[in-house]
Amino acid sequence: MITLYPKKEFKFPIIADCINPEVFQNKKPEEIARLSVWEGNKQKKLAELFNIEETRTENPSGKEVITIKGDVGKVRRIGANMKEGEIVVYGNVGMHLGEEMKGGKITVHGNAGGWAGSMMKGGTIEIHGNAGDYLGAPYRGCSEGMHGGKIVVYGNVGNEAGAHMRKGIIKIYGNAGQFAGFRMRDGTIYVEKDSEGRAGACMTNGKIIVGGFLESVLPTFTIDSVKGKVKVEEDETAQGPFYLFLGDLTENGNGKLYVSKTKNPHLSHYERLL
Amino acid sequence: MELLIKNGFVYDPLNGVNGEKIDIAIKDGKIVDKVNERKARKIDASGMVVMPGGVDIHSHIAGSKVNAGRLLRPEDHFKDFEPKTPVTRSGVGYSIPSTFTTGYRYARMGYTTVMDPAMPPLEAKHTHEEFNDTPIIDKASYPLLGDWWFVLEYLREGKIEECARHVAWMLNATKGYAIKLVNPGGLEAWGFGHNVHGLDDQVPYFCITPREIIRGLSKVNRLLNLPHTIHVHTNNLGKPGNYVTALETMKCVEDLALENKPVIHITHCQFSAFKGDDWRTFESGAEEIANYVNAHSHVTMDMGQVIFTDTTTMTADGPFQYNLYELSGNKWVNHDVETETSSGIVPFHYKRKSYVHAVQWSIALELALLIKDPWKIFMTTDHPNGGPFIAYPKIIAWLMSKKAREKTLKKINPKARARSLLPSIDRELGFYDMAIMTRAGQAKALGLKSKGHLGVGADADIAIYNFNPETTDPSKKYKTLRKAFKRAAYTIKDGKIAVKDGEVVKHVEGATMWLDVQTSEPVEITEEMKRRFKEYWTVEYENYPVTEHYLEVSRPILVKADV
Repeated sequence: MITLYPKKEFKFPIIADCINPEVFQNKKPEEIARLSVWEGNKQKKLAELFNIEETRTENPSGKEVITIKGDVGKVRRIGANMKEGEIVVYGNVGMHLGEEMKGGKITVHGNAGGWAGSMMKGGTIEIHGNAGDYLGAPYRGCSEGMHGGKIVVYGNVGNEAGAHMRKGIIKIYGNAGQFAGFRMRDGTIYVEKDSEGRAGACMTNGKIIVGGFLESVLPTFTIDSVKGKVKVEEDETAQGPFYLFLGDLTENGNGKLYVSKTKNPHLSHYERLL
Repeated sequence: MELLIKNGFVYDPLNGVNGEKIDIAIKDGKIVDKVNERKARKIDASGMVVMPGGVDIHSHIAGSKVNAGRLLRPEDHFKDFEPKTPVTRSGVGYSIPSTFTTGYRYARMGYTTVMDPAMPPLEAKHTHEEFNDTPIIDKASYPLLGDWWFVLEYLREGKIEECARHVAWMLNATKGYAIKLVNPGGLEAWGFGHNVHGLDDQVPYFCITPREIIRGLSKVNRLLNLPHTIHVHTNNLGKPGNYVTALETMKCVEDLALENKPVIHITHCQFSAFKGDDWRTFESGAEEIANYVNAHSHVTMDMGQVIFTDTTTMTADGPFQYNLYELSGNKWVNHDVETETSSGIVPFHYKRKSYVHAVQWSIALELALLIKDPWKIFMTTDHPNGGPFIAYPKIIAWLMSKKAREKTLKKINPKARARSLLPSIDRELGFYDMAIMTRAGQAKALGLKSKGHLGVGADADIAIYNFNPETTDPSKKYKTLRKAFKRAAYTIKDGKIAVKDGEVVKHVEGATMWLDVQTSEPVEITEEMKRRFKEYWTVEYENYPVTEHYLEVSRPILVKADV
C-alpha cells in the first residue's frame, strides 16, 4: 500500500495520470518517485510534489491500494484509465478523476472537481462530499458518455451530470444542478433531493429519478402515469408516488423522467391529462 | 551548407533508380553532382531507404473548412496534444491538427510537399494565413472553380477563351495552383436546396450541365498550360451505384487527351467506386474502375483510403455532407460561400464491424492493387475524410504486405470480408512502386518539376527511412516497415535536416507555391464585373485578391498561357 502526502499547497494545475494502482503495482517506492507528472508547463517527478510512503498491510486481493492524504484539489486525472485496485483520497480532488476508468474503486472523502468519472466504462466512484459539473459526462463536444460503472455522490453535484450517458448508474444523495441527464441514451440517474431544472433535456432513453423539488418539466415531455415506487438498482427502491414523464419528444425520445409527487404539488395540473 | 548522404538504398523512380547504392550530394538547398567530400556534413544512410520527400496531392490541411472543423470538435483535440519542445510549438488535434502540428507530423513521416485541395476563393486569405503557419512542408491550394458563377456563365455561352482568361485571373487573385471541381454543378444547385444526379442534369437557373462544366474547364486547363490537370471530385460522391458516374466523368474528357497525357485527376476515387442500389446491396466497383483506368492513359487518381478510426469529414460537397449528417445523426456544419461554392463538415467514425465501412476500406486497396500502373494511382486518405494523414504508414504496410491486409481482413465485418476482392489479390508493392505512389507519381501529376525526384537540380527534399530492404522482407516484417515510415530517420527540407530519428530538430519554413499565369493580353476587369462584386459579394472587388505580401515564403511558378 502506498500513501501519498502532498508536499505543499499546489498553485498550478497538476496532471497526474500516473497516480493509478496499475502503474504503481509491483513498483518499489524509488521507482514510483521517478514517475513523471506535469505541474503547469513543467515536467516533474512525482517525488518532487508528494512524500511517498510504503506501508505493508494484509491485502488479500493483491491489488494495489493508493491512499492520498491531503488536499489534491489541483491534481487532475487521478486514476484515469484504471482497471483494477483502489484509490482512497482524504481531501479534495481535482478534475477528471477516474476518467475512462474500466474497473476498481475510487473513494473520495472530500469534494471532487468537474468531469469525475468522465466517459467511464466500469468500476465504482464514491464521493462523500460534493462533485463539480459534468459528473460522468464526456469532454465538451464528445458524445461518448458514461458507458458503465457506478458513481455515488453523497453531497451535491453541478450542472450536466450524466450528459450523453449510455449505461451505468449515477446516484446523487444531494441536489443536482441544471441539465441532469442531458442527451442521455440509457442508464439511470437518481437524484434524492432537488434538481435545478431542465432534467433530461434531449434524452432519448434511460431513467432519471428526481426525489425532491423540480421547478418545471420541459414542455417537450409528456405525462404517462403515476407510479408508487421506482427501482433504482437491484437492492434499492425509491418510494413514491412519482409522476412519470416520457421524452424528449424533440429527439423522438423514449426516456423516463420520474418526479416526486409529494415534493412537487405545482405539477399536479398534469394529472388532468392522464 | 553542403551535405552528403552516403550508402543508402536509393529509390528515385523519375530517374529510374531502383534500390541502388548511390551517394546524394546537396548544396544550397539543391541536389548537385558532387560536393567537397571533406568539407560536407555526411549522413550515413547505410542499411536505410532513401527517397525523395513525400508529396501529397490531396489533403485538407488549411483554410476555413479545417478551422470550422476544429471549432466543431473540441473533443478531437482533447486526447491528442503535443507539448512544446525547444524547437517546436505545442499543438492539438487528431483528425484536424493545428497548423504547426500538421507541418511537424507530415515532416516526421518524411513528407515535404502537401497540396490543400479545396479553397473557396473568398476564403483564400484565410487559407494562406494558415499556410504561413504550417512549417517545414511546401504547400499549395486549388481554388474551387466548378460552381463559380462567372465560369458557369462563360461556359454556357461557349466563351472558352474568355473563361480561360478569367480563370487565369482567379488563380492569380487567389494564389492558387490548379482548377478544382467538386460535384460540378451540384454545389450551385445545393444553394437552392437541390443537387444534380448525373452528368446531364441541368443546373437550376444556369442552363448548363456537369458534363459541359467538366469539359469546359478541361479545355481551359489546356489553354492555360497549367501544370496539373483539372482535379475532380465527381458527382454523386458517396452514393451507392456511383461508379457509373465516375466512369462517365472519365469518359467525357477522353477525346480531349493529347499524346496520351492525363487530362483529368479523379480524387479520392474510393468514394466514387460504389456499386449497388442502396446501402444493403452496397458493393465494391473497384474492378470496373480499375479495368477502365488500365485501358486508358488520360486519367490519374488518388485512393482516399478509409482508416478505421474516428475522424472528421469535410468537403465542399454540401449536399453530400447533408446526406451524411442524416445518415449518422452526428453534428454538422454547412456553409454557402456566396456565389462560389458550398461546404459541409460532419464527424464520422469508421467501424471495422460496419459492413459499409469495411467495404469502403477494401475498395481503396483494391483500386490501388488492381490498377497495374502505379503512376496512375496515388496514396491518400483524403485527409481527414477517410482518416487522418498520420495513418499513411498503415496504408503502406497494407499495400506492401499481403499478411498485413489479411490481419486486418480477419477483424472486419464478415459479410464485407466474404465479398472483398482482397483475398484474391496477391500483389505486393515494392519500395519502387511505393516511391511512385507517395512521391514521384504525385509530383509528376502535379507538374512539379523540382519535386519528387533526386536528380541534379531538384529541391533537396529527401526522406530517409530506417529499413533495410536487403536483410528484411517488408511483406513479412510489416510492423517494422510501419514503424520506419511513421518516424523517418531523417527528413531533409531544402538541404536542411528538419527531422532526425522521428523528432523535429529544426524549424524550417515551407514555401507557398502558386501559379503566375501569363496571358497574351492582361485580363480585363470590366465595370460589369465590379458592379456584380458590389451586388453579390460581401467583399469589395478591391479587397478580394490575395496580394503576394500575404505569403510569407512565396514561390510563384511562371506559366505561359495560349490565350
